[in-house]
Amino acid sequence: MRTTALVALHVFRDSVRDKVLYSIVAFAVVLMGVSYLIGQLTAGEDLKIIKDLGLAAMSLMGLFIAVFIGIGLIAREIDRRSIYAVLAKPVRRHELLLGKYLGLVGTLFVNLSVMALAYYVVLAYIGTTLSPAALKAAPAPPTDPRLMLAVLMIALELSLVTAVALFWSTFSSSALLSAGFTVALYIAGQFGADLKNFEHVVESPAAGIVGRALYYVLPNFAAFDIKTEVVHALPLPAGYLAMTALYAIVYIAALLVASVMIFARRDFK
Amino acid sequence: MHAIRTEGLTKHYSVGFWRSRPYVALDKLTLEVARGEVFGFLGPNGAGKTTTLKLLMQLIFPTSGRAWILDRPAGDVAMRRRIGYLPENPTFYDNVSAEELLGYFASLFGYRGAERARRVAGLLDEVGLGAERRMQLRKYSKGMIQRVGLAQALINDPEVVFLDEPMSGLDPIGRRDVRDIILRLRDRGATVFFSSHILGDAEAMCSRVGIVAGGTLVASGALAEMVPFRIRGWDLVLAGVMADAAAALSARGAAATLIGDGRYHVVLPATASSEDAVALAKAANAELVSINPVRDTLEDFFLAHVQKSAGRTFD
Repeated sequence: MRTTALVALHVFRDSVRDKVLYSIVAFAVVLMGVSYLIGQLTAGEDLKIIKDLGLAAMSLMGLFIAVFIGIGLIAREIDRRSIYAVLAKPVRRHELLLGKYLGLVGTLFVNLSVMALAYYVVLAYIGTTLSPAALKAAPAPPTDPRLMLAVLMIALELSLVTAVALFWSTFSSSALLSAGFTVALYIAGQFGADLKNFEHVVESPAAGIVGRALYYVLPNFAAFDIKTEVVHALPLPAGYLAMTALYAIVYIAALLVASVMIFARRDFK
Repeated sequence: MHAIRTEGLTKHYSVGFWRSRPYVALDKLTLEVARGEVFGFLGPNGAGKTTTLKLLMQLIFPTSGRAWILDRPAGDVAMRRRIGYLPENPTFYDNVSAEELLGYFASLFGYRGAERARRVAGLLDEVGLGAERRMQLRKYSKGMIQRVGLAQALINDPEVVFLDEPMSGLDPIGRRDVRDIILRLRDRGATVFFSSHILGDAEAMCSRVGIVAGGTLVASGALAEMVPFRIRGWDLVLAGVMADAAAALSARGAAATLIGDGRYHVVLPATASSEDAVALAKAANAELVSINPVRDTLEDFFLAHVQKSAGRTFD
């Protein structure tokens, strides 16, 4: 446990200093600022657009962090052989793997917090520029606390993406390939609902079964997207949020167990 | 009690994509290294040196055979508290400093607070990186990274140290420093197992060597037993040799080659003695600049074995 925590702390220290990370966070903040300008172009809808764009920016930039730095955790470490010295220390392979995962998730959460703070600052500023009538007409106040639910869902989604990235890295020998697989799975996972209904739109029953099987096997990233509900102040059942969180936890746990099992027997040629 | 012991250690890889065939990286390596020894594991590139070290560190798993370090199985995590390892051409993390990296590794061994700081500072001074301790590793040169690698291998004051090509990437001063560190480790009773294809390093430090070629151990033993060190002749450099004296040198059985400006490189046969060499210089009325015995070196031995194992001769 102590070893895992030490590894996590080291990963956090190493990755928060990554220049790529700074540029991603800076880009997200700039994007949120720009969304203000875009909002100006569409009268009446600006607050909703800014809220939506801000959450999308957070999600996209978080994905970049999870994939590019997440892949570096294991794949690049094997590529560059920096893992050799660590594994010769009194560190069990699963401790290293879990420490790496927790360290990156920690980095992700810190960055999401920075982005969320910038997001609320932009929204609060916009709130001061709106007329009382416009504020009254908006479905939710500018700094709606419910936006944090969407941020939380993004955090869970990215934790799952990180687990996927880690999983690929445990047996792929190329960092680029791992990144490619992770992004491919992320995109496929956005079509969860379509896969579920695949059997209703195709005539072949076999294709329908394959679609449904894929729906159950692939991580359903679409489930974490509650941007529309939050931005338009639509009802969100607590049960849905709880089930989605549980889904993420179970899926992450399964991926980590599989990763640990593969990693335990891996030869570092 | 052995520091290191292997029994029939074998590693096969499968190569090829469609029709994979086995590639023997290491074949039935049986080896024993006593405590307190400096053991040189020698061989050309691709001989199986790194494979052996990786098997001992459990970075790869053997196809068959077993290995023990300090009489514990190679996979024993508790045993790793007592060993150190420098991988070949090591790389570490770009965004941390040498001080942070060593601090991290020290904490994995349970060092904390002031004791950890003291160990890290002491080791960085020992490997000559005291001034650059707070610089991020991305700015380090290859030689500096190699020094960091050596420091991290020693962070836990190990009883057995494994060094994979420790001299690689180092300038002459760096090589001397590493040699001094290895000899200091030996003096305080540690066992050092290092791989190298540079034979001079082994000659200067090893009490015993093992020679591996083509995945097989072709010879092992004490250096003095393996290399007879018989004198095959003498290498002399003479200065101020007159032209007529040079002709006289050849007449006395010496092969003289003009270096220039009255300086001659002279080779005397094994039958001559060092006194004969001095007498020769005196007779030629020349200054004896240097005199060196020509011996069989580890290199000769190494080459002979590698050629034998490859089943070819170089006539």
